[in-house]
Amino acid sequence: MDLIKIDHISKAYGGHQALSDVSLTIPDKSIFGLLGPNGAGKTTLIRIITKIIHQDQGKVFLNKEEITYDLVRKIGYLPEERGLYKKMKVGEQLIYLSQLKGLSRTEAVKRIKIWLEKLDLKSWWNKNVEDLSKGMAQKVQFIATVVHEPKLLILDEPFSGFDPVNADLIKNEILELRDKGATIIFSTHRMESVEELCDNIALINQSKKILDGSVKQIKEEHKKGQYIIDYTGILPTKESVDVLSQTDLEGDLKRAHIKFHQVSKPNDLIAQLIVSVQLFAFSEKIPTINEIFISKVSPSHE
Amino acid sequence: MNKVSLIIFREYLTRVKKKSFIIATFLGPILMGAVMFLPTYFALNTQGNQSFQVIDESGFMGAVFVSDNEVSYEYISTNLDIAKSDLLENDVDGLIYIPEFELNEPKGFALYGASNQSISTLSSIENTLELHIESLRLLASGLDKEVIDSFEVNIDLNTINLSNSGGEQESSSGAATIIGYIASLLIYMFVFIYGAMCMRGVIEEKSSRIVEIVLSSVKPFELMMGKVIGIAMVGLTQFVLWIILTGCISMLISVFMSPEALEMGAANGEMSSEADMMATALSALGGINMTLVLSAFLFYFIGGYLLYGALFAAIGSASESDADAQQFMLPVTAPLIISIISLSLVLQDPHGSVSFWMSIMPFTSPIIMMMRIPFGVAPWELIFSMFMLILGFLFTLWIAGRIYRVGILMHGTKVNWKILAKWFMTSD
Repeated sequence: MDLIKIDHISKAYGGHQALSDVSLTIPDKSIFGLLGPNGAGKTTLIRIITKIIHQDQGKVFLNKEEITYDLVRKIGYLPEERGLYKKMKVGEQLIYLSQLKGLSRTEAVKRIKIWLEKLDLKSWWNKNVEDLSKGMAQKVQFIATVVHEPKLLILDEPFSGFDPVNADLIKNEILELRDKGATIIFSTHRMESVEELCDNIALINQSKKILDGSVKQIKEEHKKGQYIIDYTGILPTKESVDVLSQTDLEGDLKRAHIKFHQVSKPNDLIAQLIVSVQLFAFSEKIPTINEIFISKVSPSHE
Repeated sequence: MNKVSLIIFREYLTRVKKKSFIIATFLGPILMGAVMFLPTYFALNTQGNQSFQVIDESGFMGAVFVSDNEVSYEYISTNLDIAKSDLLENDVDGLIYIPEFELNEPKGFALYGASNQSISTLSSIENTLELHIESLRLLASGLDKEVIDSFEVNIDLNTINLSNSGGEQESSSGAATIIGYIASLLIYMFVFIYGAMCMRGVIEEKSSRIVEIVLSSVKPFELMMGKVIGIAMVGLTQFVLWIILTGCISMLISVFMSPEALEMGAANGEMSSEADMMATALSALGGINMTLVLSAFLFYFIGGYLLYGALFAAIGSASESDADAQQFMLPVTAPLIISIISLSLVLQDPHGSVSFWMSIMPFTSPIIMMMRIPFGVAPWELIFSMFMLILGFLFTLWIAGRIYRVGILMHGTKVNWKILAKWFMTSD
């Protein structure tokens, strides 16, 4: 089932087109990655979903209803530009932010204590925010986003500013929230996190949606009939195979990155190869999201 | 709890708990008390211990200087040179020298002292001498002493305001001026201090980037209103505490001072001039409707603060630092400054057309009206002015809200008036 439907959204700032005619669907109880280079329009789209800014055209539906302020207030939203009140204590600040999300004080205190323990911040309850390191402050912001257990979480660049250890910690929390039934949308321009986390993605570049779908399906679509083989002997002629790169391994063994001219089943391809070479390894080269991303947004593509 | 009240509560608590607030709250009344109390204290005490020696070589100024509670005079018959050299050793403040002189050409008087004498001391001695010589001359011209005494007049001008209802109201324009000035200056100070506080609060939220987190829970207008109202309550708290503390301090002072004043009154059979002034001021205060002044003060403080606080919040939303905000400050605060400068104009003619219109215009009315109220303002004028002020702050809140909702999320743009106007025009 689709939780969010984005229907022909356009937005311009002055003369600059930030989003043009973007349509997307985001399935329920999954993790959705919004990818794109800096300035592509990701944050604008997120701000439109959270009703912080208003689109020029188009509509956003949440559960088939057009999204309203009251629905937005239930979302957990971690903005890209995020901070905290510097002079406030960690505990007090989290209580305030949770109360703004509608939690009672006692409930807020209970949940915040659990979260602070979970993220190794238990002893920081009474410390001023200005004494926190950047990573710690990010954790506090993350807690503020999830403490009211929202059904929908929108995280704008959630991993920026985290060291690898803490990024992993947050990644696991996100996966856990998904398993508990939350839908998570996050934006990023760093692709490493995408493959492990996302069920579905959309790629936005220069205000336009370039592609969207499930990660598996997108990768499938972007296979180009390329394989990595370890072999000895001489590869068939250029008429049937292109050698994209080749390295020497031990002895006679070589590794090549090859592309077949006709697309057919792997067994048929192997049959073609073993006529002329001794085959030690054969694997399909599946493009990473990063490669797809770069091939889609690099200037040569336009 | 409602979200706006949560915001109000936070804005209020974080500020009231600050050390600077607590210090200002306690220091304010002490300073105010000191300003009121010290001059009186010095007036009563330092001059009370003065003593002078008098050398009268003329021979007819014998009983001119009479010792009283404040100043004691001692006539001595030593030679001037000896007296002068003894002066520094003796514990006296000065030596009054009256030479031999002709009545129609009084010359050669001198006051010797170890240190400079105050102007009031000098003028009092000069006065005494002049009066005496004057009456001596009158006597010499053949007038009877009784006739001369009968010329003496002492006028105490009572000012009485006639009201339309035909009643007479005793007032003192002096007291009205003082009350008007204090109220106007306080409004000016409060609006400035708390308006700036509002602006800094918005800048802090914007530059620390907490604002977008908060805005995922509340609307921009709710956040702005929460801040503006929260800070208004900080101001009110401070004001109420100041009144209570000032009351306590002035009670303490009056307990401390009154025995002296009473003693003096008993000794002289008359009140000292300061005590006299106080009594006049107090009776004049009775003529000014203090309940009206206080309630009007509260209204104009809240109204004026809301009007300017909203604009300050809008400025804050367009700035990333205090320095950025400077360029917008002057035009916004200009009406406040003009009001303060115009106070003397208003004083000259509290019921003139300039005073009237400035007390109706919402941007100047908080300060100007507070100056006018002690002089008596027709009820319809007051109601008109208050109504205009309410319209005024609703208007500025509306404008500020429209600028704020866009500005608070804008980073890295160089903002000028044109851009503010564009934000204002941006549709929802």
